[in-house]
Amino acid sequence: MKEKGLSYLIVGPFAIILAFPFYVMVITAFKNRTELYDPSITPYWFGKQSPTWDNASYLFHETQYPRWLANTAIVGVCVVAVTLVLAVPAGYALARLAGRVGQSLGVGIFLTYLVPPTLLFIPLFWVINQVHLQNSIWSLVLVYPSFTVPFATWLLMGFFKTIPAELEDAARVDGASRLTTLTRVVFPISVPGILTVVIFSFSLVVNEFVYAFTFISPSDHKMVSTGVYTDLIRGDLPEWGAIMVAALIPSIPLALLYNTFLDRFIAGFTGGAFR
Amino acid sequence: MEAVAASRPRGRRLTNVFERPGVFASVLISPAVIFVLLLVGGPLLIAIGLSFTNATSGELHGKWVGLENFRNEWGNPTFQQAVWHTFLFTVISQAVVLVVAGLLAHALTKNFPGKWLLRFLILLPWAAPIALSLMVWKWMFDTSYSIFNWTLVHLHLYKPLEVPQYLAQPKLAMASVITVHAWRIIPFAVVIFLAGLASIPKEVDDAAAIDGATGFRKFWSVTLPLQLPIATVALLFGIVFTATDMAIVYILTQGGPPPSFSTEMVTTWSYKTGIEAGSLGPGAAISLFLLPVLAVVSIAMLLFARRAEVS
Repeated sequence: MKEKGLSYLIVGPFAIILAFPFYVMVITAFKNRTELYDPSITPYWFGKQSPTWDNASYLFHETQYPRWLANTAIVGVCVVAVTLVLAVPAGYALARLAGRVGQSLGVGIFLTYLVPPTLLFIPLFWVINQVHLQNSIWSLVLVYPSFTVPFATWLLMGFFKTIPAELEDAARVDGASRLTTLTRVVFPISVPGILTVVIFSFSLVVNEFVYAFTFISPSDHKMVSTGVYTDLIRGDLPEWGAIMVAALIPSIPLALLYNTFLDRFIAGFTGGAFR
Repeated sequence: MEAVAASRPRGRRLTNVFERPGVFASVLISPAVIFVLLLVGGPLLIAIGLSFTNATSGELHGKWVGLENFRNEWGNPTFQQAVWHTFLFTVISQAVVLVVAGLLAHALTKNFPGKWLLRFLILLPWAAPIALSLMVWKWMFDTSYSIFNWTLVHLHLYKPLEVPQYLAQPKLAMASVITVHAWRIIPFAVVIFLAGLASIPKEVDDAAAIDGATGFRKFWSVTLPLQLPIATVALLFGIVFTATDMAIVYILTQGGPPPSFSTEMVTTWSYKTGIEAGSLGPGAAISLFLLPVLAVVSIAMLLFARRAEVS
């Protein structure tokens, strides 16, 4: 009982501090515009004319926001597809490769995940210009797998390691080829792991800022992470209410999914090594 | 008839080759490895190549200038300041992150009612797309409508016209970007810590209990040493994420406030030089100064992985 109380005492205040900006986000998103700039009305709560849908309606009718959401969704789906095609077989093979080679190759792929966009954006900008993909979302579809593939391969390697090899041996004894074993036995039971990879890869895409900011300038080709900042903030008078709606819409579903799949994520992340 | 007979063994031989574990594994791994080599290794080499030229975004193939870009930046006060700021930004934010995340993760291993909600709230800063959650920080740091300043004024701690300007005063601007970055990384470090704590066998806890170790004593001599390896992993990740971050600093201050540019980092300076000013060569040279940080962290990770493998 005493230990529980101590946990609340530590976790409670930090949870409030860490989530506070999101509270402000919600209040601002649904607050009437004039109330927002009125110091006699507390910023911690609504005034008489709030909550209101005005900000949301402005965002969807007067800005390119729907376009940015659509671009982000298109890039996200394409990148996730490319990632799965490359990472699922690689993760499986690495999990089953015993010994030094498998271990080293796994860690090697993982380390490439640590090479940051801020180191690669200038050469990739150069490449994108060479192949004339600048200002197109396809430049991002090409580049984003450079960090989703290492990340996903590592996670999948962790998941596949948790599947007992005996299961496959049994199928092989029954005469199934390696490929059949993979598609009929291994993949079906890996669905939860693969789903986790889909969610976290998609979230990496929505999160990315540096490449999207560097490669794409025209408003209607922007991603949600760059469009809100460049078009809604840098203008003369930021519509703070609408901006907060724009921030909330992708954040909340992603956070919910994140929290739901977190335990699986941890299992995969540590299954790869560090055991 | 003959043709069929002749072709069958060859067909089977092909399948047999495919059935060999080594071959099968290589076929499965190669696409990913080639793709990653092309998209990470390739650009890295191009970055090194570009850094020896005076290429610009208008003239993609510049002239060879040798080490000039590196020498220029090495002697450039803006660059020197950027290195120092990056160092401060990384060290201070990671110190805060380690302490807070360690505490939180330790408390979160226990089961208590409402844990799901509290964990959700704690994870929000990491789960939400950073370029979007930064919008609310810009709003909370606003010169006229900051919620912090509204509170300070209403608590009579400041007069309305003397309130702090979080992103416009050099030292405060640095403190602000450090705060926001720590806020963002803490949940991630908590996740890594939780992963580490989950891997500590239950028997260790029981053994400690039998030996009469409780509370702080148990934390100090049992949990903490066992947590050290995972704390190292969290720290290594944190260093990479912080030293190479651009979104937080760029969106909040753009390296400013002018004229001192107290939050200019290696990354923002590289962006300003390489993309905004279009000097790809010097820009690439600046970003390559991040490579030593990355190399040290990678080597540490490798050593760590090897140790984990041995034990």
